[in-house]
Amino acid sequence: MINIEIDGKLVETERGTTVMDAAHKAGVYIPHFCYHKKLSIAASCRMCLVEVEKAPKPLPACATPAAEGMKVHTHSEMAVKAQQGVMEFLLINHPLDCPICDQGGECMLQDVAMGYGGGASRYTEEKRVVSPKQIGELISTNEMSRCIQCTRCVRFGQEIAGVMELGMANRSEHAQIMSFVNSSVDSELSGNMIDLCPVGALTSRPFRYTARSWELSRRKSVSPHDGLGSNLAIHVKDNKVLRVVPVENEAVNECWISDKDRFSYEGLNSPERLTRPMIKQGGQWVEVEWAAALEYVANGLRQITRSAGAEHIAALATPHSTVEELYLLQKLMRGLGSGNVDYRLRQSDFSADGKQAGASWLGMPVAEINQCDRFLVVGSFLRKDQPLLAQRIRQAVKKGAEANIVHAADDDLLMPIANKAIVAPGEMVNTLTQVLEALRALKSSGETDNAAATSIAQSLAGGERVAILLGNFAQQHPAAAQIAVLCEQIAVLCRAKFGYLGEAANSVGGYLAGAVPFTGDVQGMNAQQMLDKPRKAYLLLNVEPELDMYNPQQAMRAMSAADMVVCLSAFKHKGMDYADVMLPIAPFTETSGTFVNTEGRAQSFKGAVKPLGDARPAWKVLRVLGNLLEVAGFDYDSSEAVRDEALGAAPVADRLNNHIEGVAIAAAAASSGLQRVSDVPIYSADAIVRRAASLQKTRDAAQPVVMASAAELQKLGVQSGDVVKVTQNGASVQLTAQLSERLPEGVVRIAAGHPATAALGAMFGTITVERA
Amino acid sequence: MLSAHIQDQINRELKKYPADQRQSAVMSALRFVQDEKGWIATEDMSDIAVFLGMPQMAVYEVASFYHMYNLKPMGKTTLTVCTNLSCTLCGVEDTLAHLKTRLGIGLGEVTADGKIGLREGECMGACKDAPILSINNKKLCGRLTNEKIDRILAELDKS
Repeated sequence: MINIEIDGKLVETERGTTVMDAAHKAGVYIPHFCYHKKLSIAASCRMCLVEVEKAPKPLPACATPAAEGMKVHTHSEMAVKAQQGVMEFLLINHPLDCPICDQGGECMLQDVAMGYGGGASRYTEEKRVVSPKQIGELISTNEMSRCIQCTRCVRFGQEIAGVMELGMANRSEHAQIMSFVNSSVDSELSGNMIDLCPVGALTSRPFRYTARSWELSRRKSVSPHDGLGSNLAIHVKDNKVLRVVPVENEAVNECWISDKDRFSYEGLNSPERLTRPMIKQGGQWVEVEWAAALEYVANGLRQITRSAGAEHIAALATPHSTVEELYLLQKLMRGLGSGNVDYRLRQSDFSADGKQAGASWLGMPVAEINQCDRFLVVGSFLRKDQPLLAQRIRQAVKKGAEANIVHAADDDLLMPIANKAIVAPGEMVNTLTQVLEALRALKSSGETDNAAATSIAQSLAGGERVAILLGNFAQQHPAAAQIAVLCEQIAVLCRAKFGYLGEAANSVGGYLAGAVPFTGDVQGMNAQQMLDKPRKAYLLLNVEPELDMYNPQQAMRAMSAADMVVCLSAFKHKGMDYADVMLPIAPFTETSGTFVNTEGRAQSFKGAVKPLGDARPAWKVLRVLGNLLEVAGFDYDSSEAVRDEALGAAPVADRLNNHIEGVAIAAAAASSGLQRVSDVPIYSADAIVRRAASLQKTRDAAQPVVMASAAELQKLGVQSGDVVKVTQNGASVQLTAQLSERLPEGVVRIAAGHPATAALGAMFGTITVERA
Repeated sequence: MLSAHIQDQINRELKKYPADQRQSAVMSALRFVQDEKGWIATEDMSDIAVFLGMPQMAVYEVASFYHMYNLKPMGKTTLTVCTNLSCTLCGVEDTLAHLKTRLGIGLGEVTADGKIGLREGECMGACKDAPILSINNKKLCGRLTNEKIDRILAELDKS
């Protein structure tokens, strides 16, 4: 530690830190633009010039290392003169269009100009003009003339997003920020550049010109999408969500959010919102009052209980539902006498049910990922499934960690990968077994014959803080339990943390709320069994069965055959074809609730706006249903009361445990035929994001195709670009074939969760592809 | 695709740098492409990016920063005239005016027969010979007068 003095205040700071860091510690503000605590130092704007005693000229605080005994003045005559000079230069080319600028009111340049700029400019010559560029649906660069070339956006791409999509072309006066020949910016974290831009050069395209920043009220919330639970600020005007920005939380999302978190709000205002309770009468949908709709549901459930038994009622919910909703749903079901309740809709292997010691979680705090020095990521479309967790692993790799991959698709993770085993889904158990054997062999200095497995084992054995992480693909895999057991054994051998990358906002919370069939006083069927043996009545909480389920084909058959389907949904969806009742419920911005993220952090939030139309928070709807059906213990007066009962008094951490006992490893038989590999595209994963118009226009939301390796395409006799007929379980769809060098042989990759592929069957398994 | 010859040249260049610093060869790579084709197309920059394992935008940053790289066809012979301070003080404006009338083109343009392109350049570090121009970035011609320019053009015409 060294001591330095800033404006007369003594500060102790670590060796190697800069004057800027020390100033932050001392609570002294130094104006700046290009400096950002999460980015590398550029020292290009020169706004942070300060006077350092014994230095002959002003020095940039962001790039000057603090030295013992240094005396810094941030407001001395020399410093102020330098700052004012820089300010005048920065404003030379900056247009004076603050009154119509989207950034107005929340602009760093505007604020600093107020403090350090002059009232008028001495510059009378022509200003520089930069032509607008087209870089995609999310970021507008229409006013690039406002750019002050701080290069924050460029550095963000290089350092955080892992891909340099923006750069500074040309030089001196002609220098400008642009993408490579007007290509679009496709990073799943790109929206953060809008926040980073200290001026109004990069603005949010969906939000532009819809409100001034001072008209917006800011309400805190939590992301309902991936398992991270990013902290959000919902910006609201006239009871409408107009934009979403991050709230800094170093332990969760740092100061970033993914584009999915940021732009999905458009879905909340979509014309597909369900705003009135509806009942189908004689094949026609009729809008009714809440009382009538709920009475109808209660009667229907009572009748089915009486005639067929309560076990003929099933409830499915998405893991994007809140703890309160999931808890009341299972309590209602169990109160009726049915244990058929599940939220693990894309899971296919339930053999670990009841054998696992607790809820599947990350196995460590999120922030600890950055400190790991070895990773084994199994079965994960990491960048698209957990964009910010991928970013943390990327930061660790940058510091020297080694990332190892076992997966069925070799997607570009935008970081160096030490070793990878890209194998067909059916081979994953074998590959992990080989890694395990190789690790054992290392201990006894033996040999194994799988080179990839051996090098992965060597990498893992060489680490001190190792993390074994299971992605969505591994959790959806038909042998998920075996994969988990193998990974746990690998983790034991290299003293690693073993965890799951949570698929959805409440993947942990759903278990804690008891929305699984194998806990509680009444037990029942899991999500798969409920479809295998079709039930008479289905309660669907937020679920769109043809998009949210492991096997959409089977789900649709079960729904169509059921006597009664009740949809609790914020949106009108395909369920209108087979449902009997549509109950409009509030999405996360319109209700209070709790999500438990993948590290077991329970984060509660309040509604940011009033529910749209007649929509009501789902926990209230379920409470009334409980009362109507005379189930005991449904007298809650707040969502907090529900949460406290759901999560109990014991700390959440005590109920998190990935240990599985009693699942045997069976050597996988070689699977015959072409195998399907499915990802759930990032902007198809849940109901809200599917309706976010701008995100749906991005490249990540492109129409699904059939991807296969060159060898596989040749075997099938198709060319990349041909339309092919894909058949699974007797149903066919037509898709375009596409060459992918990033797939193993014997597989085709077809996205799930998309209407174009909803007619197909399970996410894994045999599939046939032929020329159309 | 980069031609085999260019790939050979780049590979030779790469030996000068540490194995994990392949992008150090980007300037040479761009030069090799321009020497062979006369200019550097977008696809060439993408190819170089793939070859050197760097972002294509980073290649474009370099290519657009230096005036020696032609990002559009600039004729068989490119004349680059320095317009920085020393040359301006020594009358480069007259030099340029003469060149423009003789060739019948403006800055950044190519003669109709595709033989000669004219572009503006930055200081070439030979201010003692101002005003100055370079031929295809290989040969410098200084102390330009109208007569000398006519001689240069006549020679180019013959070759």
